[in-house]
Amino acid sequence: MNEIVVKRELAPSIKLIVVHTPLIARKFKPGQFVIVRVCEEGERIPLTIADADNDNITIVFQEVGKTTKMLGQLKVGDRILNLLGPLGKPTQIDNYGHVCCIGGGVGVAALYPVAKALKKAGNRVTSIVGARTKALIIFEDEMKRVSDELYITTDDGSKGEKGFVTDVLKRLLEKNLFDRVFAVGPAIMMKVVSEVTKMKNVKTIVSLNPIMIDGTGMCGGCRVIVNGEPKFACVDGPDFEGHLVDFNHLLSRLKMYEKQEKEVMQAA
Amino acid sequence: MIKKNRVPMPKQEPSVRIKNFDEVALGYTPEQAIEEASRCLQCKDAKCVEGCPVEIDIPAFIKYIKEGNFLDAVKKIKEKNSLPAICGRVCPQENQCEKFCVMGRRWEPIAIGRLERFVADYERQSGYRSVVAASAGKKGRVACVGSGPASLTCAADLALMGYDVTIFESLHVPGGVLMYGIPEFRLPKRVVQDEVDYVKSLGVKIFTDVIVGKTITIDELFKEGYQAVFIGSGAGLPKFLGIPGEGLNGVYSANEFLIRVNLMKAYLFPKYHTPIYVGKRIAVIGGGNVAMDAARVGLRLGAEEVYVVYRRGETEMPARREEIENAKEEGVKFVFYSNPIRVLGEGWVEGLECLRMELGEPDETGRRRPIPIPNSNFILECDSVVVAIGQSPNPLIPMTTEGLKIGEHGNIIVDSEGRTSRKGVFAGGDITSGEATVIAAMAAGKRAAKAIDQYIQLGVGW
Repeated sequence: MNEIVVKRELAPSIKLIVVHTPLIARKFKPGQFVIVRVCEEGERIPLTIADADNDNITIVFQEVGKTTKMLGQLKVGDRILNLLGPLGKPTQIDNYGHVCCIGGGVGVAALYPVAKALKKAGNRVTSIVGARTKALIIFEDEMKRVSDELYITTDDGSKGEKGFVTDVLKRLLEKNLFDRVFAVGPAIMMKVVSEVTKMKNVKTIVSLNPIMIDGTGMCGGCRVIVNGEPKFACVDGPDFEGHLVDFNHLLSRLKMYEKQEKEVMQAA
Repeated sequence: MIKKNRVPMPKQEPSVRIKNFDEVALGYTPEQAIEEASRCLQCKDAKCVEGCPVEIDIPAFIKYIKEGNFLDAVKKIKEKNSLPAICGRVCPQENQCEKFCVMGRRWEPIAIGRLERFVADYERQSGYRSVVAASAGKKGRVACVGSGPASLTCAADLALMGYDVTIFESLHVPGGVLMYGIPEFRLPKRVVQDEVDYVKSLGVKIFTDVIVGKTITIDELFKEGYQAVFIGSGAGLPKFLGIPGEGLNGVYSANEFLIRVNLMKAYLFPKYHTPIYVGKRIAVIGGGNVAMDAARVGLRLGAEEVYVVYRRGETEMPARREEIENAKEEGVKFVFYSNPIRVLGEGWVEGLECLRMELGEPDETGRRRPIPIPNSNFILECDSVVVAIGQSPNPLIPMTTEGLKIGEHGNIIVDSEGRTSRKGVFAGGDITSGEATVIAAMAAGKRAAKAIDQYIQLGVGW
């Protein structure tokens, strides 16, 4: 159980692991996540599942904090100490018509199973994926396979269009193409996507990534404000309607432990 | 000569203990235990037993202590209660066994809880374990959901009857609220793990990191061959006040605050990686045991001032007297007759705006209803706020299980023996009752174990 069977580096500090965990793998639906803990002293952190077969799940993560750094050091054959899931409500998959799937950074991996399921459900899928620079574009081939069109943007123009995913989105929205938009990525990206689609009144589903502990509704640490009401991302989400989300609140809460996160990285 | 007063329990000095997370109450020595046990009148028709939700033969175990026969004493307790070191610490004995003690009519009642704790600790420290021979688990297979006091008791009782029992726990350690909720200084986690180990020694299997309703459903448990399922998944979702500013950084639910500290050991940060933020002044909202726990944790995390904000007065507080006293001794300040209406701050908490209250007519719970006094607003300056106003049942299992009748508060509806509306499914503890005590959950687990036995052996119940 929880054995790492494949490990690949997709980009500098972005890693993919395939973990043997049949119970979770068989239950997984796109949009769901797991809670991971890697050592006795470790935190519990949520990571979105990027794919699953009958026995294994794929997780893609960026080494940004203590836990993801330690996870990145595990090798094939090592076991992840604790793995709980699949958690959260699955993304609502339906034939909406023409959908736009937008992914940013490591979020593209979490977007992939959603795009795949949407394609399978009969949607026309236009995807826009972005990253800071060429080396950080991940899951390009996978996204190509499940998309009718794929646009790529980089902040520095080293691959695809120079600029942000929202630049492409704005252009495409001018043509009134989309029946629904799905966005997975950094909170700031999902915020801007939601602002852009709101102007055109295109329903937009975002996958929120607040700080969590148990992931089962117990702590309330992952509360987000949706339509003025507090919701728990772990059990009510992680998907919410982007136009109703208070992103400033989310962005502020994501920074709550910035100082401690640095401190724990420096501690031996 | 009857001694009128109970033998006092040695405690860490307040000025010392607020700087550590070690247990506050230190427990009796053998001499103190014998002295206290000698006060017991050994009533023939012992009233104390009537006050015990799990019907421990109290005079019998106290008699053993008086004779210095501590291991037989604990064995006597374990006939009825598999978690004596826990119960001896966290049961509200003053409302249960000790309330009925005949001695208590004129003098102080026998310190039954302290004696229970003493023998349980004595056994654990002696390394001896009074295992009641568990039968082979051939009577049938039962699954228990959650590993808090309700499930542990249900599982232990069923194992003792001869069932093959498996517990499924969603967190990474077993123990439920005993691990994540009650702080180390009131209930050391080592004590919990030892009693969990005792339950395992009876043959109970425990799987952690399995969340029933997600990883596996109750229907699937039946398909896997379990003949009955007991749901003891606890009170899950923390309640918030619904006031402006509750989303600010520095506002915690008591659950999150305590989970970070108790389960994730944030008090040992950065050795343990989970952080917690306290600041210099904390306001804890609520008047129950959880509020007392959060306030006392706050002090130990280094807060200079900790306020408990409660909308009624001290006599109306639902917390145990003992815990209120401990909190006071340690320097927790109480702001009574005050109701928070807004958390102030930009990004981070800077204060709590409250309204003064007065008590009106009794409400449906019999307690006098607090009524706000107009224009009595005041601001309590603070850096963090902990909301300890209760929890509602976790909806995960009701959401994923067909045929379970749910009450208006999201609780699973059961009969007096713990039977739900669905055949073969039983429930007990906070998931059925809202919030109650550890011992009430254990009693529910015990009743359900009997009903499960009847159901599996005789097919009765539905």
